[in-house]
Amino acid sequence: MSGGHAELPVAARVRAFEERVIAAGLTTDAELEEILAGVYSSASPVNGARMVARAWADLAYRDRLLADGNAAAAELGFASGTHGYLLKVVENTPSVHNVIVCTLCSCYPTSLLGPSPSWYKSFAYRSRVVREPRAVLAEFGLQLPEDTEIRVWDANSETRYLVLPRPPEPADGLDEDALASLVSRNALIGTAAR
Amino acid sequence: MARFAAGDRVRARSADPDGHTRLPRYVRGHVGEVLEVRATWSLPDEAVRGISRPEPVYAVRFGAAELWGSGSHSVILDLWESYLEEAA
Repeated sequence: MSGGHAELPVAARVRAFEERVIAAGLTTDAELEEILAGVYSSASPVNGARMVARAWADLAYRDRLLADGNAAAAELGFASGTHGYLLKVVENTPSVHNVIVCTLCSCYPTSLLGPSPSWYKSFAYRSRVVREPRAVLAEFGLQLPEDTEIRVWDANSETRYLVLPRPPEPADGLDEDALASLVSRNALIGTAAR
Repeated sequence: MARFAAGDRVRARSADPDGHTRLPRYVRGHVGEVLEVRATWSLPDEAVRGISRPEPVYAVRFGAAELWGSGSHSVILDLWESYLEEAA
């Protein structure tokens, strides 16, 4: 359970389920704690930002990132977090803007983007961004030109998405650390340009 | 063997299943275009009952005008083969 949900009815249901699984001998509280601690200690949007910075600095890495997100994450040492799903990186261009959502629940590449923001899990975001993404993005402060094509990616299966934002112009002269510091969490979701 | 290929027009089934599914209501009955075969994954509708039924999963793009009657954006989802039928 992510933080701040302890008072919700679902927390009690999750705990009841955990107790049944533990009683069946399938896991222990200590093991569950260790898994969660392992996920959240390394889960950060800094990881996704580092992948973006590398892609901006190295076109061959960009190509590998777009072709096989899991392998490209592994190259930078982020393999463990992407087990169990297919990482698909979608690239923003001058004519295309991408944004991600999970309309069914809140699927999200946590290891690369950190714990998801509460709005990502909100009914309002999930129901509106597939229907009127331009208006939703404007509310985030992102005004896109009328002729920009918007693609909304619904993470309804085992695919998780990460948006590759457009690079600064020129990217020359900035090292990867400086480039990574330009990338916001929201840019990796697609609700910000960078 | 995947039944559909990139470029095929497919219709998401409109039937409302009794149990769990990963076929969102907002695409049911609508026509989209297959972008690519994503992978082969167990059908969630059966997996929740402990039955493993691997199937091709397709990335399918739907136009906003098709889904909502207006708009120029597109929405892309992954849909298991059982969720799809050929669009006439």
